[in-house]
Amino acid sequence: MAFKIRTGYEGDLNLFKTPQSVASYGVLLLLLCAAPFVLGSYFLSQIVFVLIYTIVGIGLVLLSGYAGQTSIGHAAFLAIGAYTAANAAKFGVPIYIYLPAAGLLTGLVGWLVGLPALRLHGIYLAIATFAFALIVEEILARWETVTNGNEGMMVKPASVFGERLGEWGLYYLCIGVTVFVIVIAVNVIRSPTGRAFLALRDSETAARSMGVDSARYKTFAFALSAGMTGLAGVLYAHKLSFISPEMFTLALSIEFVMIIIIGGIASLRGAALGAVFMIMVDPLLVFVKDKLPALIGAITGSAMAQDKASVLLAAPGVKSLIFGLIIIFFIIYEPMGLDGRWMKIKTWFKAFPFYKPATFRRQKMYLKSERGR
Amino acid sequence: MTYFALEDVSIQFGGLKAVDGVSFDVAKGEIFTIIGPNGAGKTTLFNLISRLYNVTTGRIVFKDEEITQLNAQQIAGRGIARTFQNIELFDNASMLQNLLVGRHRHSTTRFWEDLFFLPRVRREEVGHRHAVEEVMEFLRLQRYRDTLIAGLPYGVRKVVEVGRALSIGPEVLLLDEPSSGLNVEETSRMAEWILEINRRLGITILMVEHDMSLVSRVSDRVLALNYGRIMAMGTAQEVQSHPDVVAAYLGA
Repeated sequence: MAFKIRTGYEGDLNLFKTPQSVASYGVLLLLLCAAPFVLGSYFLSQIVFVLIYTIVGIGLVLLSGYAGQTSIGHAAFLAIGAYTAANAAKFGVPIYIYLPAAGLLTGLVGWLVGLPALRLHGIYLAIATFAFALIVEEILARWETVTNGNEGMMVKPASVFGERLGEWGLYYLCIGVTVFVIVIAVNVIRSPTGRAFLALRDSETAARSMGVDSARYKTFAFALSAGMTGLAGVLYAHKLSFISPEMFTLALSIEFVMIIIIGGIASLRGAALGAVFMIMVDPLLVFVKDKLPALIGAITGSAMAQDKASVLLAAPGVKSLIFGLIIIFFIIYEPMGLDGRWMKIKTWFKAFPFYKPATFRRQKMYLKSERGR
Repeated sequence: MTYFALEDVSIQFGGLKAVDGVSFDVAKGEIFTIIGPNGAGKTTLFNLISRLYNVTTGRIVFKDEEITQLNAQQIAGRGIARTFQNIELFDNASMLQNLLVGRHRHSTTRFWEDLFFLPRVRREEVGHRHAVEEVMEFLRLQRYRDTLIAGLPYGVRKVVEVGRALSIGPEVLLLDEPSSGLNVEETSRMAEWILEINRRLGITILMVEHDMSLVSRVSDRVLALNYGRIMAMGTAQEVQSHPDVVAAYLGA
């Protein structure tokens, strides 16, 4: 068993808690940087999507996991970032200007969306953010001078100092932005701002009595989360090189929420794991769709069963059904998500042979009062 | 100079006057206890002081400043801390983080400084940890430093809440039923802490409490409340033997 020995207050404040984690994250980063030399363009673009989803996931983890505010409108923030990038690139603005600008603009919009959050809780807030997403979707379709309406618009490739950013360039840009966003998130979590977030999440009444300005921190959580999503939006636009309003629908927002439910709601590592899962699930489903009917046919030995299975799997909505089942599965059996599972496996090895499942069992409290609401 | 005073404070919820024309003064360094049957308006009074509720009429004054118009988060900034009857800790955070939230009013860093965790933020954080560590030592909470609140027993949570309030560095501490749910031993330890917080740290204490042995052990003065009105005020002995108080508790 390993024990952590504290020798000073500084230890808890470091970006990396142990030398081992410096090593393991360093290796991960090296592997990611080396990937283009080894992997083909299909896998490279999958990794880019994972990184983009990770950024959005981290934004949502801060908002939902730490600050306790729900949002099912994050596709709108992604859209704002994406359309900002598309328009800026159209006028030949270099990416190192419009990337931060898009982040700031989306952050500002997020701050505005955060204002109703001061009066709304839980499901009502979720509905408000959903309404916001619908409004943005509508604006994207109608404001044709800027967005080119439902026809969508091409996104010019990003350029840095006159050089076009190719596939590799975009890949490394994604890694850079992801690392930046993760560092910002860790900084927030280890600073007074992050503590104010979790205070608001667990008991707003107590937080206010401790001097936490709830309005300020709630809107700030929204701004921060939206800003990160805006950055992801820029990358998303360049990755797809064509954007149109029907890409930024409720379905995408739900996918983002799924990232953090599957990954683990209050964990940055969970956001990354959830993003990997969400990107992998599509190719996996395609694979299953292709192979499963043949397998069923082989096992049952009847061509009719094979046909039935392929018709069933090809039916519209199967993907949504499977997504829904996955969410339900995680909420019931692993509320702490993939990260929770990872922690359990790690603890099992660390504590071997003394692991007890009760370590992770949460005590339920029924005393929370609703006073002061 | 008025240190802490309620002047003719009332609050009305629809047709119900939960607190009705209550006035009293608390001197600096005093332990002032409010007792009364269930529904007497004791906690409502605390919620009025900590500005979770708005007064309908009257004023609350702290150090010659009317605090009735401040909002809840400014109250902590004035040095008034509180605990809650039913424990309002941050359940999914560690004990250490809970106490550190108490230090919130002392942090002067801005959002963007926090975002980049500038050296100033780090220096302040170390300072907060020093301060919180002292509170932990005072209440002997060190062994629970990294335990999630959700995993702590009830008695410990009660102490953690006092610790969190102390982390604010308060001048006035509002304790809402500090002994409810505690066993005899824990209650007597709580009494010692209350006395020590008062004597050693020089903090003025306002307390709502039902346990009369605790009340008479620590209180300088006691106020008895019933149906939002003052029934009696004086030493624990005087209030306990006041005929109205006896009638209210036992039923005349």
